[in-house]
Amino acid sequence: MSTRLKVEKRVDVPSWLPLVTSIGSVVLAFIIGGIIFKIVGGKPFEAAKYFYQAVFGSWAVFSDTMVKATPLILVGVACAIAFKMRLWNIGAEGQFYAGAFGASLVVLIPIVPLETTPKFIVIGLMMLFGMIAGAIWGFIPGYLKAKYKVNEIITTLMLNYIIINWNNFWIFDKWSDRGFQMTATFDRVAWLPRLADYAKQIKAFAGVTLHLGVLFGIVAAAIVWWIFRYSRWGYEIKLIGDNPEAARYAGIDISKNIILVMAFSGALAGLAGMSEISGVVHRLQESISPGYGFTGIIVAWLAKLNPFVIIPVSVLFAGLIVAGRELQPAGLSFLLQGIILFMLISSDVLLRYKIRILRTDEEAA
Amino acid sequence: MNFTIILHAGVATGTVLLFAAIGEIFTERSGILNLGVEGMMLLGAMAGFSISLATESPWLGVLVAMLAGGALSLAHGVVTIHFQADQVVSGLSLTFLGTGLALVLGEGLTGQTPPLLLDYNIPLLSSIPVIGPALFQDHGILVYVGYLAAPLAWYYINKTRPGMHLRAVGQKPSAADSVGVNVYGIRYIYTFVGGCLAGLAGAIISLSVSPGWYSSQTTSGQGWIAIALVIFAQWNPMRAALGGYLFGMLRRLILDLQGPRILLGFANPLYINSNYSFFLIMTPYVLTIIALIFGSRAVAKKRAGSPSALGLPYVRGERGK
Amino acid sequence: MSSTTPAVEMKDIVIRFPGVLANDHVNLTLRQGEIHALLGENGAGKSTLMNALAGLYKPVSGTTKVNGELVDFNSPKDAIAKGIGMVHQHFKLVPTHTVTENILLGMDEPRFLMNLKKYDEKILELEEQYGLYVDPAAKIWQLPVGAQQRVEILKTLYRGAEILIMDEPTAVLAPQEIDDLMVTMRSMTDQGKSIIFISHKLHEVIAVADRVTVLRKGIVTAHGKSLEGLTKRNLAQLMVGRDVVFSVEKEEREAGDVVLEMKDVYAKNNKGLPALQGISLRVHSGEILGIAGVGGNGQSELAETITGLRECEGLIEINGEEISNQPPIEAIARGVSHIPEDRTTVGSAPSLSITDNMIMKNYNQEPIGNGWSINFARAGEHAQKLKEKYNILAPNVRTPAGKLSGGNLQKLILAREISSYPRLMVAMQPTRGLDVGAIEAIQSLLLEQRQSGTAILLISEELDELLSLSDRIAVISDGKIVGAVLAEDADINEIGLMMTGGTDD
Repeated sequence: MSTRLKVEKRVDVPSWLPLVTSIGSVVLAFIIGGIIFKIVGGKPFEAAKYFYQAVFGSWAVFSDTMVKATPLILVGVACAIAFKMRLWNIGAEGQFYAGAFGASLVVLIPIVPLETTPKFIVIGLMMLFGMIAGAIWGFIPGYLKAKYKVNEIITTLMLNYIIINWNNFWIFDKWSDRGFQMTATFDRVAWLPRLADYAKQIKAFAGVTLHLGVLFGIVAAAIVWWIFRYSRWGYEIKLIGDNPEAARYAGIDISKNIILVMAFSGALAGLAGMSEISGVVHRLQESISPGYGFTGIIVAWLAKLNPFVIIPVSVLFAGLIVAGRELQPAGLSFLLQGIILFMLISSDVLLRYKIRILRTDEEAA
Repeated sequence: MNFTIILHAGVATGTVLLFAAIGEIFTERSGILNLGVEGMMLLGAMAGFSISLATESPWLGVLVAMLAGGALSLAHGVVTIHFQADQVVSGLSLTFLGTGLALVLGEGLTGQTPPLLLDYNIPLLSSIPVIGPALFQDHGILVYVGYLAAPLAWYYINKTRPGMHLRAVGQKPSAADSVGVNVYGIRYIYTFVGGCLAGLAGAIISLSVSPGWYSSQTTSGQGWIAIALVIFAQWNPMRAALGGYLFGMLRRLILDLQGPRILLGFANPLYINSNYSFFLIMTPYVLTIIALIFGSRAVAKKRAGSPSALGLPYVRGERGK
Repeated sequence: MSSTTPAVEMKDIVIRFPGVLANDHVNLTLRQGEIHALLGENGAGKSTLMNALAGLYKPVSGTTKVNGELVDFNSPKDAIAKGIGMVHQHFKLVPTHTVTENILLGMDEPRFLMNLKKYDEKILELEEQYGLYVDPAAKIWQLPVGAQQRVEILKTLYRGAEILIMDEPTAVLAPQEIDDLMVTMRSMTDQGKSIIFISHKLHEVIAVADRVTVLRKGIVTAHGKSLEGLTKRNLAQLMVGRDVVFSVEKEEREAGDVVLEMKDVYAKNNKGLPALQGISLRVHSGEILGIAGVGGNGQSELAETITGLRECEGLIEINGEEISNQPPIEAIARGVSHIPEDRTTVGSAPSLSITDNMIMKNYNQEPIGNGWSINFARAGEHAQKLKEKYNILAPNVRTPAGKLSGGNLQKLILAREISSYPRLMVAMQPTRGLDVGAIEAIQSLLLEQRQSGTAILLISEELDELLSLSDRIAVISDGKIVGAVLAEDADINEIGLMMTGGTDD
């Protein structure tokens, strides 16, 4: 009696399956990554142990991980809302830089006298300027797509290179601090409050770098979750994403939504940039992102575009970034991200098809 | 600023874009959108560089670079052709994968000096005034191969039987399938061809045009520019070649603008403050966007060029393209 | 091979799809030189069986003999090698290729270089032989549908097909073109070919076929019956398993005010060519205006200009308010509902739930829409109510629309479009591709709407349907209204003539 594999289309998907395939993909990706790591001469098990230590080992390092997770949450949510409409915004990296630039304007011009303006106004203005700058950087490809049908993947990507050089000009030239490739450290009024700031009141907070930005991320996730779940706009986005022809037929203005969603997505990524320079770097400089904008793409996809799932996934990837800083070779976290995404989209096939093992005598029946 | 020099450099750097874009044209003509060109190119650049370093043979490096790009593209092939995954997401993950692999495997290559691809002159042709020294002198063999590649690719796609099958599979796979043309097989082949050519383009960078390994700076977005070029060229290899060379010339022109003290009778701001060069570095990316606006308008108007099954998985028995 | 050996003999063929038994021990015998009709409703398994004969599907069990020889096809190439050619209902032609390229696609010759000129001439010779004329150098997208079909037939003949399978070849043709096709089919059998003719149109089967095999829900109900002495009613019974009412009961009703007025409307199609060339028409409340015509004569564009999906020149008014060139939302707000031609690509969002699909037109209106948000609890109740009222078969309202069958999806669309109490309903091919039961249900829903005072523009390629439902029928040809008649004194032949743009001169 022989057996053979038979591939069948699934009629319905068990609710537990997507979770299992997602987790399975990540685990498998780590195994493959580990094997590659071993091949190039690393020690995967020690690295894994080190990874755990560096990410969750103590409150202080976990706080460090959360600090890295903050921009990822914002960027992940930014990507999720664009992807929901099947708009491939892969320019979150650029919008992040634009946001950092916009927020810096408040301090570096300065727009308000920093000595006399209360902190909440300075921070509020930085948020506003960061989000506007990010929104502009999202608006451009959105407008080009809506108006001229220009492929947004390429425009968003090109805009990444453009904004990075734009920022470089300012930090090398006008705002250079004594010739260094960075601006002077911002006045403390422009710093987002950190837990460490309250170490006097609560001892445990000493040295804990977690800053207010993480709240921005959580609030943004909650808002986008509400948009997807309950709002008219979210319904329009879902409809356009699933079938633009049907959306047009339902009376939805697709061009307007392309521009709106791109600008909104850009604004969230811009806020991530603001949060990073105001909460962590405290100045504008050349490398403020180890690729948050790109990692956000994977975070959003791995979370199946669910804003709340984006939060834990961001923590995982933040761990990768924290560990990756020390891990050699340097491209390893990029590689792992690539493998995870690949495994994930490959595993989707299991959601569409099921594989049955048949005995050949069953077939005639 | 000398026209011959600009043309010479433009042709050399344009060759990189030319091979990558022609490869992507083959892939897209079969209905598969592979956005992973940047990743395949970077992996090719690394593979070519390190193999040449290890074996002292730059040509072996080129061969391995092509195979590396091709192998990576096959991953995209399996996922999109057999698993019917979203081609955009798969292409993006290919970019990550290729970049990551290249960076991991290319660790420590920076600063090394492997044997490079040599430059040659074409007798007779190189003595044509102005054009001769620019086009037929001091170029790598692959630049000369590039001159032939575009017309050959055009002829192959439009005038031969396998070319006709390729176009059919990208336009209407169900029609091709119904007469026994192997849709999956053809899509795999041209996905692989596209990957090989992207790998080749990478090796040309690291072993000839701007030799060296500068991690992800080696390609610095040229893979994406190649994809934009495909749209701009409306999937026509001849137009892609022209666009590639023009682009290469512009890059050179931009570099040359920084040299002179006086530009068009005015003091050259780029000479006075070298930080203005950041705006020059932006220019290729800005130009790509502008070229894409014009290209997209032409495509939208004529509805021509774009393979109509591009990006859509083919499943026998399902209605549609 | 003697002339008594059947050309094709299929025995006990079983084909299974997930959840469906498409062919249940089916037998079919095709004699040499005959036209054999394969009759059955949509979904009866006709195309499936023929796809198996053409090598596209593989049966789970059963045997097939071609000219007495046992065969086992793994690909269309195997079937072609045995002289079997299929003319598909949805043409398998590459629109950007020329006629010659399409015919040569997949052939072993030419080996490498195309040399199209030489092959153009070869194909012209073949065209002469069977009287199937079409320019070999023309690109497919430039050709009218009838000519494209000729290319499909040439494709099979060029491959040396002796056995032709024609899958609903008349579905896309005008009455006169159908006559031409039947002449061609006869000329082919005269030259020794054998033809399997798939159809669900009884009068065509009676007109052209020698024998008939009838399928019902995957089972053979008549095997190779001679057509002599069979009536339409007999055939219908074999096909449906019950008596079919051929006419729909329609109550008398006075037409009311003008709801839709179109004056000199011009529009272009997707290729940028003129599609509507000065359309003027009126639809009154409580009236069904049928639009007859061969597919591709501007019907889609007509529906799309009215519903705001396509730009146009000229005047379109709903109850006296101009809506030409306004976005679709304006038409929706004025009570225009639209049953689109294509249920899956336009009318629904496949991976969204039934609820989400049900509220596509009223998600922004009270009580479903509520300022910035949507009351999904109410939306769910609304969908549940409609699901029950229109008898949509699905596990629940959270089921994705893409999982519904064609008939149920069409009911969903109809339920949505009717539940908004439209003033004007633009219905495009509302019954295409549905089984008889669903057709009856949908036709009576349309009549109910007419009774309640809705103006209905019914665009259909089924003349029978137009004749039984409409109050008036206008004929569209080449983007112009070429004639209009009252349905009760309409002559089907006259309408047919107008559809092809022909007049008596």
